[in-house]
Amino acid sequence: MIKRFLSLEWKSFFRAASFQTNLAIKILMIFGALYFIVAFSLLGAGSYYIIEKETNSEPFQIINKFILYYFVFDLVFRFFLQKTPVMNIRPLLYINIKKDTIVNFTLGKSALSFFNIMHLFFFIPLSVVLLYKGFDVFGVITWLVGMIAMVLIINFLNILIDKKDAVFYTVAVIFIALGALQYFGLFDATNYTVLFFKGLYDYAWMVIIPIAVLILIYKIVHSFFKSNLYLDAGLSTTHEIAKTQNFEWLDQFGTLGTFLKNDIRLITRNKRAKSVIIMSVLFLFYGLLFGSGAIEVYDGPVWQVFGGIFVTGGFMFSFGQFVPSWDSSYYNLMMSQNIQYREYLSSKWWLMVIVTLIAAVCASFYLYFGWQSYLLILVTAVYNIGINAYIVLLAGAYTKTPIDLMSNKNAFGDKKAFNFKTLLLVIPQILVPLGLYYLGILLFDEVVGLGFIALAGVLGFAFKSKVFNWIENIYKTQKYETIAAYKQKN
Amino acid sequence: MIQVKNLTKTYNGTTVLNITNLDIPKGQSFGLVGNNGAGKTTFFSLLLDLIQPSTGMITSNSIQINISEKWKPFTSAFIDESFLIGYLTPEEYFYFIGELRGWNKADVDSLLVKYEDFFNGEILKNKKYLRDLSKGNSKKVGIVAALIGEPEVIILDEPFANLDPTTQIRLKKIIKELAEDPSVTILVSSHDLQHTVEVSNRIVALQKGEVVLDLVPSSETLKELEAFFAA
Repeated sequence: MIKRFLSLEWKSFFRAASFQTNLAIKILMIFGALYFIVAFSLLGAGSYYIIEKETNSEPFQIINKFILYYFVFDLVFRFFLQKTPVMNIRPLLYINIKKDTIVNFTLGKSALSFFNIMHLFFFIPLSVVLLYKGFDVFGVITWLVGMIAMVLIINFLNILIDKKDAVFYTVAVIFIALGALQYFGLFDATNYTVLFFKGLYDYAWMVIIPIAVLILIYKIVHSFFKSNLYLDAGLSTTHEIAKTQNFEWLDQFGTLGTFLKNDIRLITRNKRAKSVIIMSVLFLFYGLLFGSGAIEVYDGPVWQVFGGIFVTGGFMFSFGQFVPSWDSSYYNLMMSQNIQYREYLSSKWWLMVIVTLIAAVCASFYLYFGWQSYLLILVTAVYNIGINAYIVLLAGAYTKTPIDLMSNKNAFGDKKAFNFKTLLLVIPQILVPLGLYYLGILLFDEVVGLGFIALAGVLGFAFKSKVFNWIENIYKTQKYETIAAYKQKN
Repeated sequence: MIQVKNLTKTYNGTTVLNITNLDIPKGQSFGLVGNNGAGKTTFFSLLLDLIQPSTGMITSNSIQINISEKWKPFTSAFIDESFLIGYLTPEEYFYFIGELRGWNKADVDSLLVKYEDFFNGEILKNKKYLRDLSKGNSKKVGIVAALIGEPEVIILDEPFANLDPTTQIRLKKIIKELAEDPSVTILVSSHDLQHTVEVSNRIVALQKGEVVLDLVPSSETLKELEAFFAA
């Protein structure tokens, strides 16, 4: 049976339209995966030495103390990125397959997800280092087993809470509060959790605890899935109470307002699109990592430009990259209604520009780090508006992956909340300003470097109508292929 | 109104549509029948420039469809659910289409009042997004949306499918009323021969992409069509 399921999975993966049309993206995905593998391995192998060098405390103790936040962060990361395991369950329901088999396979598949494997690249090198440092072999093994069990617990926990935003945000608030209490020295939860994590090493029998919890949570998830395997339960569609919103204040902007209204509704009413807002806010704070000494390499001046671009560009990168794809489920309507391509593209462009400007205003708290920091953010905002806004639209013309907004509606639905392909396509858009800045520093000084970036942005803005003609033509030549690609839902 | 000349559509060497000459005059109520794969939806997709013709061309009001976008202001269509925006309420969707076609809220509202009967109280003010409507109800939304903005060419693909009997009868009435307007050309495809005969004043049957029958309905037409498709 499992063999048949595997062959179904294999076919659905390799026969998807997006797979066949988008080899470049697949290659980027592989590079992305390699990046994470290398980063995690280095972190795993290096963290012991880094902590040893930076602090005077015992590294293993520190690791066990902060591992709590590692897992919390992992949960947050998964909540937004990891897909709930799905199979095309409906057609299997009335076939001679035990429900247990369906559920076990679905859950087993999720255990093999990259989101779990990734952690092995952290914990295994770390364990090797521990052994090398003369830690007790048996203790390290039970500790490692405990960590793997924790990773799987998080995996299944995520599947459980994925259905419930309220649970997630409650958990998030609790841990943010704990983090804050610890930061201000009021109460340190890690003093208690360290006993548990360190205990996995000190007392081998304690490994029973995470394993027991893992079995328990698997049972819970299993029975949850199984009891929901009915057309009127988990497989049914949930109906939200809809409210008509007319946003009449946008009417004054004419056609642009019409599209803006729709985009606002798109973003606020679809879970997948909502994550765009969360990403934009997160990126707003991304700059804090740069120049603050939080991560050493990020303190170089060129890297600060890198950070600056993301501070105001978070929305542009997470939303703009998928510009026609957001409308993929009703693309035929957009193509046959009384809409000129130019109006459509320009409304998307304006949306990105407006949000970038809002982000630039919100980012004014960077003034706290000195006017240079904020100037850098403003300059990169100009670049984002003048250049990157076009590039994301352009990339969009070739991104023919349909986004199925509808799929969110049932408990087993495919919830691709946020796709890190988006992030990968961003790379070429960042190297240019980094280069310009570097050139400026090389020839003159940092102010000239910023000047170069701003100039590029202003020039891009000045040639707007020319660039738009060009982009419009590309969209027109891609029109039929895009329509055909969107027809196939994943 | 609509002229088709030497139109073919070929996929990997298989010709799925081949119409040498077809002229649909203004004001006609044009019924298109045919089995699965006969080319009905392909023809409508070509009319809306959603796919490219392999050879030949279609002009609508003397505008060549795949060259210019100027046919869009006077053409409207409902082909399938890819014409619906799932995250909107029906009202928002109607206003959106209205705005695209230069109608304000009041214009749209007055049109919706006319179709209250057709909606049967299941569409408006129901606190549901389009994605949560049943197939039949979302079809109702799509059909009425295609009537917004005084289009001169209305294209409806399989409008009767998924509708309950009462709604089918009401839809027939709506299409007949539209057909009486000499400025409106309406194209309807269907698998249901009887419905098509009732609402059209010309019936064309497609088979394997070619026009095989071209009739003006009379009392004998239904029998003629049934005999043809039974063979």
